[in-house]
Amino acid sequence: MSVVGAGAAATPTPKYTKKDFESDQDVRWCPGCGDYAILSAVQKSMPDLGIPRENIVFVSGIGCSSRFPYYMNTYGFHTIHGRAPALATGLRVARPDLKIFVVTGDGDGLSIGGNHMLHVLRRNVGVTILLFNNRIYGLTKGQYSPTSELGKITKSTPLGSVDRPVNPLAFALGCGATFVARTVDRNIPHMEEMLRRAAAHKGAAFLEILQNCNVYNDLAWNVLYDKESKVQHELRLEHGKPLLFGPATSRKAVIMDGVTPKVVNATDVPESALWIHDESNLNAAKLLADLFAPDFPVPIGVLTSVVAPVYEDLILEQEQRALSERGPGDITKLLTSGDTWKIG
Amino acid sequence: MTETAAPVTGAQKRLKELDRAVIRFAGDSGDGMQLTGEQFTTESAWAGNDIATLPNFPAEIRAPAGTLFGVSSFQLQFGSQRVYTPGDRLDCLVAMNPAALKVHLRDLKPGGLLIANTASFDERNLTKAGYPSNPLDDATLSERYRLHKIDMTGLTHQAIQDLSLNTKERDRTKNFFALGLVSWIYTRPLEPTLEWIQKRFAKNQIYAEANTRVLKAGHAFGETAEIFAEHYAIEAAEMAPGLYRAMTGNRALAWGLLAAAQRSKVPIVYGAYPITPASSILEELALHKRFGIRTIQAEDEIAAVTAAIGASFGGAIGVTGSSGPGVALKGEGIGLAVTAELPLVIFDIQRGGPSTGLPTKTEQADLMQALYGRNSESPVVVLAPASPGDCFYIAYEAVRIATKYMVPVMVLSDGFLANGSEPWLIPDPETLPPLEIAFRTEKEGFFPYLRDPATLARPWVRPGTPGLEHRIGGLEKQDVTGNIAYDPENHDHMVRTRAEKVRRVAQEITPTSINGPATGDLLVVGWGGTYGAITAAVERAQLAGKSVASIHLRYLNPLPPDLGHILREYRKVLVPEINSGQLVRILRAEYLVDAVGFNRVRGLPLATEEIYEAIDQLLGSQS
Repeated sequence: MSVVGAGAAATPTPKYTKKDFESDQDVRWCPGCGDYAILSAVQKSMPDLGIPRENIVFVSGIGCSSRFPYYMNTYGFHTIHGRAPALATGLRVARPDLKIFVVTGDGDGLSIGGNHMLHVLRRNVGVTILLFNNRIYGLTKGQYSPTSELGKITKSTPLGSVDRPVNPLAFALGCGATFVARTVDRNIPHMEEMLRRAAAHKGAAFLEILQNCNVYNDLAWNVLYDKESKVQHELRLEHGKPLLFGPATSRKAVIMDGVTPKVVNATDVPESALWIHDESNLNAAKLLADLFAPDFPVPIGVLTSVVAPVYEDLILEQEQRALSERGPGDITKLLTSGDTWKIG
Repeated sequence: MTETAAPVTGAQKRLKELDRAVIRFAGDSGDGMQLTGEQFTTESAWAGNDIATLPNFPAEIRAPAGTLFGVSSFQLQFGSQRVYTPGDRLDCLVAMNPAALKVHLRDLKPGGLLIANTASFDERNLTKAGYPSNPLDDATLSERYRLHKIDMTGLTHQAIQDLSLNTKERDRTKNFFALGLVSWIYTRPLEPTLEWIQKRFAKNQIYAEANTRVLKAGHAFGETAEIFAEHYAIEAAEMAPGLYRAMTGNRALAWGLLAAAQRSKVPIVYGAYPITPASSILEELALHKRFGIRTIQAEDEIAAVTAAIGASFGGAIGVTGSSGPGVALKGEGIGLAVTAELPLVIFDIQRGGPSTGLPTKTEQADLMQALYGRNSESPVVVLAPASPGDCFYIAYEAVRIATKYMVPVMVLSDGFLANGSEPWLIPDPETLPPLEIAFRTEKEGFFPYLRDPATLARPWVRPGTPGLEHRIGGLEKQDVTGNIAYDPENHDHMVRTRAEKVRRVAQEITPTSINGPATGDLLVVGWGGTYGAITAAVERAQLAGKSVASIHLRYLNPLPPDLGHILREYRKVLVPEINSGQLVRILRAEYLVDAVGFNRVRGLPLATEEIYEAIDQLLGSQS
């Protein structure tokens, strides 16, 4: 019996360019959609993975974001609504040698597929999840999504949404995700860096990409688009660096007041009181996940990155143990094992 | 047959030869009736009899003691002739408590052997069972049946009084008293049970000792007590020579997959969410990690099927298993496999419904769901095993068809086949049909939906193959290129192509075997777990001189190519099913024959007797 997944080519990875990852399909998102920038950043970051193109798979569910695989010149599977994480889990179990990306959105990944998102994260399956969050349903033409703000007026909520929104980062951390990060579609260099970090993580990596739907929810993330607002509110998370943000002339700091984060003038606190970002601190990440404008800055970057057992590694380990203890299975032996009796 | 029944020690008592017997052990769900029945089955297998079993237990794990709904039973028929079913009416009923008597007495033949454990017929248990007075004291009971009132609990305690066990532990062995006694009555060899006890309690010698003593005490009681005037021998059945084992349907499905993985050299990924009565397939497969099987206990039914599809996309054989409610949830996923044209095997172990229904009881009412239970035109291949052992071949066949035609294959088993067991002639895996899987690696002329002219299958490509990078998905696609296409004519073409692909599986079906004359008054058509009951009823009708034949369908989609012709060779067609008439509708629609149904939906297998009556009635009404 061939060992499952021993498929990766032994030949050296070719030198790719962005073009090698562009498929021959016409991209069909609305003009001005944030997805274009994400697609471009993903294609651009692919050569850096150092993985042969044929060993890369993009899996998606349903929604605008989920058209993504058609535009990548890799293997791809555009599946059904919400199920991409589950399908990717099966693919990963069958083929741990492949590099698997899951592309999803706030509706696909957190509403209809919320359950699968929970389980792919808590199992720590080796997939890189890109969740495009535009706080609206685009493909179905403008209903509110699970990340839409309370009171949001949409086609299906003419008097305002009565649903309290879910925070994707807090959700992922609550599920036990081992890598959680956030980036913005209009910050190309940061997005590319986050894509590289997420793709390099062992286990499930969850990257929220704040994305603009210019047709149904334009400027939902204006807090990080508007030049002035961005300067005021963007908090870059960098491992080992203090949580400082705001214009150079009036830097602010996020510090801990007991167990509650608090914004202060950077100059008002001693260096020892600064909150130094530590990606290995899951508790800190859970506090960071809840920070948002206007009272707090909006963190972007890696909230947490920790090492934990990877689902498919454990499966392989059990399989190897069974094989080394008793050798490969033999159906003839199995059929005649245990209680048997002869007739004639 | 080399091993023979144990020598008949109670030689002074009359030994009567029987062709067959139907026995049911019934008691509280904590009384160990399933184990007792399984052990009695093994003893009968040793004795060389053909056997069919029917375990029947409550859906509650620990139902309240003494209640009617907490009764658990195990029935088996064994005989010196071919045994097709667990039997309709009982020759012997062992009732361990009043509730068991109340629930099961109606199935005992008049004059049948009734053995009751008097110790549990106390006021409390009588009240729980709804008896105003002790039925064992009612003279009509001993007039109608050969009633034996035995204090099994007391005799059990006596047999092990010097062992240091508490009352609860002593009580727990009383099922082996019943087993020992009934083993004596039917001259079953005790060796397999004695061996089982030694193995099971190897680490706890006091339990081993207690169970051994109680088993032997029950056996000796039959031999020496004055109350049994006779006991019975059932000759070894004439069965095909070879090595046999007991096989349940769910284990056979699991092992069929193992055989397919080994033969094809392609690994299997089984995704499942626990559900009665399908869970034991997942549990069985999880034991066999050395066979190229990986199992995923998914977060839900939808994840289970989509994980299997993901595995198939990756070049493994994706399989999922569930029961009707779970298959309903999998519908959209199965549709994805239909349009993605990936191999997928779905086991549906049918149970009583709708909704949660009767989780531990059997039914055949998912046929329409299997055929049509998805949105739009989404045809799949549907197969159904006829017996527990046949599940092995059906699972293997499902993998073979799914991979050869790149199509989902649904297997309709049921609760009766899943848990029931039969003596199974162990096959030589080499004699199974070839299962060759070739992944496409050639770049030249590759398109994702290029089709094999014979099967219409598209190429199966493992990701990781250089130069064949491609995208598939749930959107309609252009034939050959696989590109997204909304063109009306192309959609019509693809709908027809997916249907034609399933239709072409008909070329795999061997000519239908007809049990009886090739032409005549009546043809009985069955599918799935009713095979035994139908065959037994038809053979009885044939013995009575009636012009009756039967066929049993293992392929339900596509139907066998010779079926239309066969149906027209008989004046009437009868279709017995454990549903409200599903196959019968299909036969009427497909072949314009005036087929009539025989339908009972009680959560129980059909009885030979009632099918025989239906045959009789139908033939009687002809003129």
